[in-house]
Amino acid sequence: MIARIVSGLVPFLGLVLIWVLIWGQVTWLALVTGVALALLVSATFYLPAVRLSGRINLWFGLLFVLRLLGDIVLASLQIAWIAIGPGYKPSNAVIAVPLRTRSDLIMTFTAEAVSLVPGSIVLDIDREASTLYLHALNVKSVEEIPALKQKVLDTERRLIRAAGSADDLARLSEGRVAAAEEEGAS
Amino acid sequence: MSALEWGFDGIGVRDVVTGVLVLVSALMCFAAGVGLLRFPDVLSRLHAATKPQILGVIAIVADVAVSNPSLATITLAVAIVFFQSLTAPVSAHMVGRAAYRTGHFRTDILVTDEFRGHD
Repeated sequence: MIARIVSGLVPFLGLVLIWVLIWGQVTWLALVTGVALALLVSATFYLPAVRLSGRINLWFGLLFVLRLLGDIVLASLQIAWIAIGPGYKPSNAVIAVPLRTRSDLIMTFTAEAVSLVPGSIVLDIDREASTLYLHALNVKSVEEIPALKQKVLDTERRLIRAAGSADDLARLSEGRVAAAEEEGAS
Repeated sequence: MSALEWGFDGIGVRDVVTGVLVLVSALMCFAAGVGLLRFPDVLSRLHAATKPQILGVIAIVADVAVSNPSLATITLAVAIVFFQSLTAPVSAHMVGRAAYRTGHFRTDILVTDEFRGHD
């Protein structure tokens, strides 16, 4: 019951926060109109409740955001160079990455984060199989694909550590045998 | 004179930061435009059309926040970056999905297609 109330409350408070951010000032008028609009929006555009994991680690969350920003900067420069630089030869790949999480939220955020980093676009998501299908730019050969998949799995791992459920964390540590070996090798 | 305004010939640190951010943003838009022309199919062009702007938007918004630092500007800047980052991948996903399902992409430039048969 508490989880359900919290799950409904987070998007609601988020809407109020956006309204206040847009006004750029914390006044009673902004707060009251924000609450009224948030009520109107959540009543009009009713969405199924998001199931939150009930766990958040701010430190790992910060690490995730910093790493994401770093990846965006690096990959943006790479894609920009591919676009402008000489000798561009098109060579792409469509790859399937089976994730370890069973949470819709973590899956969605992994897909968002992967899509946000230049060079990869999520084409489709298989929800039952927790699999992302990506289009990756500038993949020269099949040998580059395992490293690409590992990048996505690393993103997923950072997200699970930041806000994954206990169940997802357990999945992560069970799958760690293979992942740890690959990490050690790289 | 505040700590932010030292420098030589009257050019403050803040001006330099602003200049660099504007240039980064412009370069990203330029790369996106060139990529849009040079890349061969819809899926490749999507990368050019949707991605470099994320860094471009972050740079230009950070630039506004640096050159006009007030609480209202910074909160709005955070909101803009947050929503751009949240919505840009969704639009890219929708176009990419439609392009794949209608076959508007070149199979000869794919080194592998692990989605075939799953769509």
